[in-house]
Amino acid sequence: MDAYVARSMTWLSLAILAVFAAAVTVDPAFAVHAAIFAAAGFLAAFLSMRSAGDAPAAPKPGEYDDDVIRWGTIATVFWGVVGFLVGLYIALQLAFPALNLGLEYSSFGRLRPLHTSAVIFAFGGNALIATSFYVVQRTCRARLAFPGIARFVFWGYQLFIVLAATGYVLGVTEGKEYAEPEWYVDIWLTVVWVAYLAVFVGTLVKRHEPHIYVANWFYLAFIVTVAMLHLVNNLSMPVTIFGTKSYSAFAGVQDALTQWWYGHNAVGFFLTAGFLGMMYYFVPKQAERPVYSYRLSIVHFWSLIFLYIWAGPHHLHYTALPDWAQTLGMVFSVMLWMPSWGGMINGLMTLSGAWDKIRTDPIIRMQVLALAFYGMSTFEGPLMSIKSVNSLSHYTDWTIGHVHSGALGWVGMISFAAVYFMTPKLWKRERLYSLRMINWHFWCATAGIVLYASAMWVAGIMQGLMWREYGQDGYLVYSFAEVVAAMHPYYLIRAAGGLLYLLGSLFMVWNIWMTIKGKVREEAPMHDATYNPAADKPLVPAAA
Amino acid sequence: MSAYDVARHFADSWGLVFLFGVFLFAVGRALRPSARDEYEHARTVVLRDEEPGK
Repeated sequence: MDAYVARSMTWLSLAILAVFAAAVTVDPAFAVHAAIFAAAGFLAAFLSMRSAGDAPAAPKPGEYDDDVIRWGTIATVFWGVVGFLVGLYIALQLAFPALNLGLEYSSFGRLRPLHTSAVIFAFGGNALIATSFYVVQRTCRARLAFPGIARFVFWGYQLFIVLAATGYVLGVTEGKEYAEPEWYVDIWLTVVWVAYLAVFVGTLVKRHEPHIYVANWFYLAFIVTVAMLHLVNNLSMPVTIFGTKSYSAFAGVQDALTQWWYGHNAVGFFLTAGFLGMMYYFVPKQAERPVYSYRLSIVHFWSLIFLYIWAGPHHLHYTALPDWAQTLGMVFSVMLWMPSWGGMINGLMTLSGAWDKIRTDPIIRMQVLALAFYGMSTFEGPLMSIKSVNSLSHYTDWTIGHVHSGALGWVGMISFAAVYFMTPKLWKRERLYSLRMINWHFWCATAGIVLYASAMWVAGIMQGLMWREYGQDGYLVYSFAEVVAAMHPYYLIRAAGGLLYLLGSLFMVWNIWMTIKGKVREEAPMHDATYNPAADKPLVPAAA
Repeated sequence: MSAYDVARHFADSWGLVFLFGVFLFAVGRALRPSARDEYEHARTVVLRDEEPGK
């Protein structure tokens, strides 16, 4: 009882402080954020107090602690659709500028970070938190440590997403790619992230399995490294504690290098290591076979984390960054080929001897496509980091195509597969509502990625070549606006690809919704042995 | 020498040797023949996890 009241009073006092901050600030965006924080605080205070009279939730030692994972699965699906929708909208803005609507709030510059953060941090982050809690419990055969803190991690992370998203629309930004939220949102995320680390490591500590399975190594590397990246890249000094604006601790090229050390490792540890943790659990689980080579998975792990951390400078080729640092970034990027492909081969070869599952099991099919795109984008990335290739590709839409083949193909597909795998188990359903619907999702998404990536390859290379085209008189042949006009058809193809990808995710929404409701769709199985009733009878000799 | 120089020279000498040493140790540990049994056990952890822990 006392604990409930104490918790409720803590939230209430934080909420009152936030109301005070909203009242004294002269910065309207800061007032909005303080009001959101206060509303969250009042809600938390109310809910803690309301549960004060209840008997304490009985721990169920015979079951895993899956509440947070169920919420996280729903949040993953929800934020995924939001992020894809905003992505489609800004893709259409590039083709039809009138869609900026003439308002600052709906301009491309503000909606673009909303899209990237919604898909990376809201969709990807919720998928990582949910699956990491799912995997760490199962592979340690222990319930989550600190169940209360685990719930705080989930809700605190949603609050971070809401603060970040509203901030972008209001124009609150540090101007650092994938790290746009301002200083106070950064501090909040740090609190949530330390809590996340505590729950994850606490669960590892109380494990009943002697060995820590490799998927947990990847998840732990993701959590620890993202904490380090976030803290260093966001070192900044606020102008006032009652305002949104802050200035970075670094300036000039040091700031740029810190940003891309952060930015590339956000790709390496958030979008790669974390999702590899997912891959090393859910692929063997769905294939019902152990991972192809456990040794290779460990070599994959150590090589990946030792190499990735140095690759960031390839984002700053031909800039004020010293030449040796650019070359260092390029060399480490090229070396990353090996662990990436080692990991891809390890995942794919897990299906060795069961290749028919690609035909019969739509979840395996998604995972195989994810691995194929992991291999493809980790081949393309090192290629683009080579200085002479980068001089053509950088600042063009080739980069956008590369990011999306990784994000839509690898991150998206491996997460969808994990959601489809977990949902029936989390809600104790016999099976998913529909397996065939996964197949529709698969084909919509695949066709969407193909349209997206190929349009951006053509557009990007064309753009790079047009920018560097000199006439005989020594002047550039094309003006910037002419290049923009030439891109129009490819922007339409890209938007069509995005529409297909969004459509696929709507099949997932329906499928997951119906599964949670406990419905089962009547449908023919995905695969059955062929049977011809006409031939299924004894031979009758023709009358002689 | 400035702090930058000190840090830089440490990074491309002993720092590099240290990180490379840790990497070789980790990979060598993974590849040593006596780890075979442990890894065979670890490999199947995911497939043995259906019942909850003690």
